[in-house]
Amino acid sequence: MEDLIQVVDWSRMQFALTAIVHWLFVPLTIGLSLIIAVMETIYYRSRSQKWLKTLKFWMTLFAINFACGVATGIILEFEFGTNWSNYSWFVGDIFGAPLAIEGLLAFFMEATFFAVMFFGWKKVSPAFHLASTWLVAVGVSLSALWILIANAWMQYPVGMEFEPDQMRNVMSDFWAVATSPVAINKFFHAVTSGWVLGAVFVIGVSCIIAARGKNLAMAKDSVKVAGWIGLAGIIFTMWSGDGSAVQVARVQPMKLAAMEGLYKGDVGQDLIGVGIVDEKAREVKYKIAIPKGLSVLANHDADSFVPGIDDLLEGIAITHQGDTINTVSYAERIEIGKAAQQALRDYEQARKAGDNEALLEAAARIKDNYKYFGYGFLSSPDAAVPPVALTFYAFHFMVLAGGYLFLLMIVALFVVYRRPRWFDTRLARIIGVLSIPVVWICSEAGWIVAEVGRQPWTIQDILPVGAAVSAVTAQSVQLTFWLFAIVFAALLAAEISIMCKEVKKATVREITDINDNKK
Amino acid sequence: MGNLHSSARKVLDLYIDGFKNMTVGRKLWTIILIKVFLLFVVFRLFFFPNILKENYDTDDDRARAVARELTQR
Repeated sequence: MEDLIQVVDWSRMQFALTAIVHWLFVPLTIGLSLIIAVMETIYYRSRSQKWLKTLKFWMTLFAINFACGVATGIILEFEFGTNWSNYSWFVGDIFGAPLAIEGLLAFFMEATFFAVMFFGWKKVSPAFHLASTWLVAVGVSLSALWILIANAWMQYPVGMEFEPDQMRNVMSDFWAVATSPVAINKFFHAVTSGWVLGAVFVIGVSCIIAARGKNLAMAKDSVKVAGWIGLAGIIFTMWSGDGSAVQVARVQPMKLAAMEGLYKGDVGQDLIGVGIVDEKAREVKYKIAIPKGLSVLANHDADSFVPGIDDLLEGIAITHQGDTINTVSYAERIEIGKAAQQALRDYEQARKAGDNEALLEAAARIKDNYKYFGYGFLSSPDAAVPPVALTFYAFHFMVLAGGYLFLLMIVALFVVYRRPRWFDTRLARIIGVLSIPVVWICSEAGWIVAEVGRQPWTIQDILPVGAAVSAVTAQSVQLTFWLFAIVFAALLAAEISIMCKEVKKATVREITDINDNKK
Repeated sequence: MGNLHSSARKVLDLYIDGFKNMTVGRKLWTIILIKVFLLFVVFRLFFFPNILKENYDTDDDRARAVARELTQR
């Protein structure tokens, strides 16, 4: 049992490490590809050499980020097969299909349009080149769509039926999976937050360049493009974040309660701005809260009820329409889950014995109790509560940083259009540089909320991490964890080093010579 | 046939000239190649076996193994 806990913990840490590292590169690819496409459109329309110079500078940084990030996501798939074999079998084609589409899309897009984008300046017409750049921007977002569909299914499993003979969930409705409201919202939230990250990166690097007095016009033009894209991005991110809160309140209410450190819910529930979580005392101390804010956020109704962790454990929840109901308590869910597992055991025995009647009877019992199948693995109702403090702090950092980034975009646009002399100052450089880690931590914090907040589930209500993990030793997972940590640290150091060198070039000399293929 | 050949040649030239003229790109390709080697050769072969595929021959065996894991753990 002790070893199982260690295997689960190390496997989760390894997955978290890989996903966090992968997500360092992805949002920058999403955001920067759009910014470059807009810049190339301006160049295409104006044929201005300054825009060509500007766009090629950002394309070089885009290429560095892409090279260092490419294939980091594939490790997650390795981990599914080794550390999470029960999970990867159990989810069947539901998870595999979107990932396969993503793989094919990414491969064809990368092999063709990336090549045209980087090598094709003198080989194809300007219109074809522009189309390729836009296709790269659209393609990386579409690539993200399939990953997010797969992720959304784990958070809100729809469009599938459990097939005990195959011991896996079988997709019964592709469109229910592909157009799940959680997936669509997640897609907009992740992609538009990528625009913000790309924009902050461009603004931050532009501030560094401008502060050295070189390539000032390029830096200002870059901030103009990035500022508008970042502003649009943060508005969409906030809008889709609001949509996420409403969805989470319906489909993962325990996550919402953990995000707010809410143990005992109420009508007209306050939204905490800042506070300190005391998990032992089951409360948030020293809090500053917005009256009725959480009720508005979760239900768009200031006087509505929002259940807390203790309410949910007792079975008090809200429906998809926002009505408060008394549903199945977590203690009862555990009993139902155990009944489903017993039915599965009976099914296996009947299968072995070739007893068709018993087989059908067991299959019917599995179906009746499958909704809470995963609860049967939990030792107590409290085991269904995610780590509250980490979820709470990640959520609040994300929200506060999101507010800061909204202001940053407005200030950046104000400065670059109305107060250009403020732009090449030390203060602008400090703000620009410090904003870069803020946006990255904000973006990672969003994923921490999404993934830590749904613990202990790999598939919501169906499969907890303790059952999803493979029968491997903790030592083997530890070994690969440290190997990855070393490789990822080296790759990250290489990326930052190459990128800093390229940025430094723009701070010490005017970029005037445009050599088409030198990327 | 001639047009097809000419188009294929153009596509090939795009890649050949592109790779030939790279500067920063050489470093990046070195990083990519090292990474791909580490991931797909070293990690995949030696550290990340697909447990169910390696230990069981048929899908039915794999299904039963998962059933045992989920009902007897």
